[in-house]
Amino acid sequence: MSVRVRISEDSVACALGADDVARALAAALAVRGLTADIVRVSARGLYWLEPLLEVDTDAGSFGYGPVTDADIDSLLDAGLLQGGAHPLALGPVDALPFLARQQRLVFARAGLIRPLSLDDYLESGGYAGLKRVLETGEDAFIAELEASGLRGRGGAAFPAHIKWQGVRAQGDTERFVVCNADEGDSGAYADRMLMEGDPYALLEGMTIAALCVGAEQGYVYVRSEYPHAIEKLKQAVAHAEAAGFLGEDIAGSGRAFRVEVRAGAGAYICGEESALIESIEGKRGQVRARPPLPAVCGLFGKPTLVHNVLSLASLPVIARDGGAAFYHFGRERSRGTLALTLAGCLRRCGLIETAFGPTLGELVDDFGGGAKMGRVKAVQVGGPLGAWLTVDDFDLPLDYEAFAARGAILGHGSVVAVDEACDMAGMARLAFTFCAAESCGKCTPCRVGSVRGGEIVERLMAGSHHAADDVALLLELTDTLRDASLCALGGMLHYPVRSAIEHFPDEFTGRDTR
Amino acid sequence: MTDTLTEDALAALIEQHRGRRGALLPLLHAVQATCGYIPDAAIAPIASALRISRAELEGVISFYADFRRSAPNAHRLRICRAESCRAMGSEALWQAAQSAPSDTDIEVVYCLGACAASPAAEYDGRLLCRLDAARIARLWQEDQP
Repeated sequence: MSVRVRISEDSVACALGADDVARALAAALAVRGLTADIVRVSARGLYWLEPLLEVDTDAGSFGYGPVTDADIDSLLDAGLLQGGAHPLALGPVDALPFLARQQRLVFARAGLIRPLSLDDYLESGGYAGLKRVLETGEDAFIAELEASGLRGRGGAAFPAHIKWQGVRAQGDTERFVVCNADEGDSGAYADRMLMEGDPYALLEGMTIAALCVGAEQGYVYVRSEYPHAIEKLKQAVAHAEAAGFLGEDIAGSGRAFRVEVRAGAGAYICGEESALIESIEGKRGQVRARPPLPAVCGLFGKPTLVHNVLSLASLPVIARDGGAAFYHFGRERSRGTLALTLAGCLRRCGLIETAFGPTLGELVDDFGGGAKMGRVKAVQVGGPLGAWLTVDDFDLPLDYEAFAARGAILGHGSVVAVDEACDMAGMARLAFTFCAAESCGKCTPCRVGSVRGGEIVERLMAGSHHAADDVALLLELTDTLRDASLCALGGMLHYPVRSAIEHFPDEFTGRDTR
Repeated sequence: MTDTLTEDALAALIEQHRGRRGALLPLLHAVQATCGYIPDAAIAPIASALRISRAELEGVISFYADFRRSAPNAHRLRICRAESCRAMGSEALWQAAQSAPSDTDIEVVYCLGACAASPAAEYDGRLLCRLDAARIARLWQEDQP
């Protein structure tokens, strides 16, 4: 058997040159009369090392990176196929501290399988969870789900089993399962990685959920900025249908479940679940007032279970290994593992899946390696509507309640670090610009407040003669947005703005006046 | 009808989608994939087929940033100006992009999911990471015949 060389086909790995490297390697192997299987796999989530080459050796999967096509000849000279020494050699990839310190459950296959190979998925434990649910029944699985302590990974962290019971409790009617794959937060890319790298895990999770709540139709709503994820999911749906894992008779159970992949159209607000439902229905993605909740009156007016990608992708793990095994990870009321994505100015940007508990400082310094240049000035966790934190908060453990107690959010785990060159008033301006651009326009505080708030920040940035009054006005405005907005877009804008002002007041009030 | 979307082609797309629940967005994507935008001539047939008013249809089209009502330029550069990319120099890219040839649409996008390799942009559908102003300028040079 010839040696296998794994190279990722993840969209960002390809943007960093993975396709070029794969082509160059194939050409160089042919010239040298060597044989090796170049296998295109999902991404490990070690983006600072992409393009990453991995070769099977006796010591495990041996890595080289970041590789460019110009490195291929010297790598082959050095004995790439045998794991030979080279300046780009990383050693066994699983032993890299960034990976060795993680607990990967949902991302257990990352970097190891061909994303669209159903064989690879089945060989690595795929669909074992679904089979178990079919054997033990829906009630048994919902008990496992409760025991797992899983809370929605989309940001709101609502206990999953309660949501499921809400959908089940509705009368005899059609139901839907909707996957919210509208991952629009800057700094967040775990959903994208999962959809591009392990699409069957998402489909299996949706199928388990559908069986348990009694849905026969599911939708995955993916933002259009993720064309590769959309394409992978569409192909995965077709393969799963052909293999009997989706369709009219799931795995011989006699139960039906169909999935349709829907592309968004460039509206961040469609990540809000009621706007997402409106969008699938073919309307403007405007937020619905609640109640009723989607569990009662959701898609096409029917009870609908809406979950984030990673919530659904956690289900096969819980079904296969049991709720207690999942609960074992984590702390307090935050159980299982959380996917975090490092972004911004850090040296090592990538995916971390770890049990709840490590501190923010460990993420930024130990995993992220600190800033590429200078020092980390501030960190925004949980997307553009998350609070800015500083080194004083590096003791915060990853835990929903601990973050809330510090006036911050964990959201769905994005971590954007900025260095000392970053103008925090500019970031506050960006928060308002973003909110104004993406507001659905339904409620006045968000639609108007986002524009007015941006004007106040601009006045401050230009050197306001009434800086203290302007800051007070700005804070009052964000409080109004918090209290009176229909959804989280306006309702959470106070997090980035207030925290930036509190941590860096001089950048708002200390500007030179003109 | 336009050069690229004949009456028959539009009718075929409508026929293909009208039976689906929530058909509008998939149909609009399909029309735009065919001719690059949603032409005037498509409005009445789509509204009629899906039994919505033309005002409602225009309301949906204008709500979503992806849908266009006029023909796009030959090239399209979308620069991410969200937090992670901004922290890594997207504003300089934005400035550099202002010197693009007139056949290029320059647009803002909030996040391409490439935040581990910021700053990011998308040029004619191709994702580009760890960009700098010099590489932005090379984009148009590569397109010259």
